[in-house]
Amino acid sequence: MTVPLTLLGLLEREPSHGYDLKRDYDAFFGRDKPLSFGQVYSTLSRLARDGKVVISDPEAGAGPDRKRYVITDSGATEVDSWLTEPVAPEPHLQTVLFAKVTLSLLLGRPAEHYLDTQRAAHMQRMRELTTVKRSGSLVDALLADHAMFHIEADLRWIDLTAARLDALAQEVRR
Amino acid sequence: MTVLEARDVHLSFGRTPALRGADLRVAEGEILAVMGPSGSGKSTLLHCLAGILVPGSGEIHFDGHRIDQLGETGRSALRRDRFGFVFQFGQLVPELSAEENVALPLLLSGVRRTQATAEARVWLARLGLDGLEGRTSGELSGGQAQRVALARGLVARPRVLFADEPTGALDSLTGEQVMDLLVSSARDEGTTVVLVTHEPRVAAYADREVVVRDGKVLAVTAEAVA
Ligand SMILES: Nc1ncnc2c1ncn2[C@@H]1O[C@H](COP(=O)(O)OP(=O)(O)OP(=O)(O)O)[C@@H](O)[C@H]1O
Ligand SMILES: [Mg+2]
Repeated sequence: MTVPLTLLGLLEREPSHGYDLKRDYDAFFGRDKPLSFGQVYSTLSRLARDGKVVISDPEAGAGPDRKRYVITDSGATEVDSWLTEPVAPEPHLQTVLFAKVTLSLLLGRPAEHYLDTQRAAHMQRMRELTTVKRSGSLVDALLADHAMFHIEADLRWIDLTAARLDALAQEVRR
Repeated sequence: MTVLEARDVHLSFGRTPALRGADLRVAEGEILAVMGPSGSGKSTLLHCLAGILVPGSGEIHFDGHRIDQLGETGRSALRRDRFGFVFQFGQLVPELSAEENVALPLLLSGVRRTQATAEARVWLARLGLDGLEGRTSGELSGGQAQRVALARGLVARPRVLFADEPTGALDSLTGEQVMDLLVSSARDEGTTVVLVTHEPRVAAYADREVVVRDGKVLAVTAEAVA
């Protein structure tokens, strides 16, 4: 879902060739996971089919890499609404952590120990991200920050749960 | 090499037990974060390690010597000559300028005023405070005042810097700038740091963290988690 909209958004800056789109996508958004050319061209042809982009002055018989893509009004509207509408706040790890703690308590296993090691793993990740932040570019830092705020939310939950573990154990075992 | 160690330290305030068998080793040059819930004993542990408080029982070793057996004079000399401190608030002398505040630990150790002032200026510049030497703490922002406090904590080149919630009064961006400076200066100088904080973001600047819970120190690693 994000890849087509992001490519469309990049096209809103200026009409581009697939190659340039891939390069810019990888530089800004695909650091961990660069796009393949196949993915770029299949996405662009779907966007063209749906009327979100058109191909400008195609040279007769030219391959896909010679085509220049231009965003349409409908494409621009879609980018605009995607960029202005909030994303549904979605719990990520929360359900896994919750399930592990609750199940541990149900089974009479040491949930506190699990929380401690999970906490340590989260802190380890925080340290890695801090290193990225301190040595990387501003774009790296922004990405790292985003990840860190999510990890911090988990850490808060871990600490709160650890503090309430006895009460929680009583409740689940009843 | 271990520079600082607590062995089975107990300490109570009247009837309130604050430490109940705390064990901790801090390696030379290490930046250690001490985390844990409010009231768990973090500050009390830091005060014991720094020779501010004397444990009811147990031992504190610095550089292989027991410091819990030293008298007040010995401990205060140790604090002055070997340790640096940064706290959350109110540590700058309000009547003195930034430069005088930073020079203070050197003056107290018997360094001549001209030299103390010159070194204070170097540290202020290093922490991005050139031009603010003449301001008093009332004329500085919270982040600037905290950087002055950091310069003061490091100016005498301590073996160990003790920092108790050094960013506690700052917003997160300013706090990160202070932590960045604290960590890079400590690394440059090879200073060992004991950093008390309840904020993961701040603790993440350290090499390792321990958690204090109910007056005991837990050192947990992430190994068990895949
Ligand atoms: N000077 C004091 N007199 C009496 N009790 C004290 C004193 N200092 C600390 N305590 C008590 O000792 C316990 C540990 O306090 P400590 O200040 O070490 O906690 P902390 O982990 O630093 O908490 P926080 O995160 O809130 O700073 C608490 O129960 C506290 O109330
Ligand atoms: Mg405290």
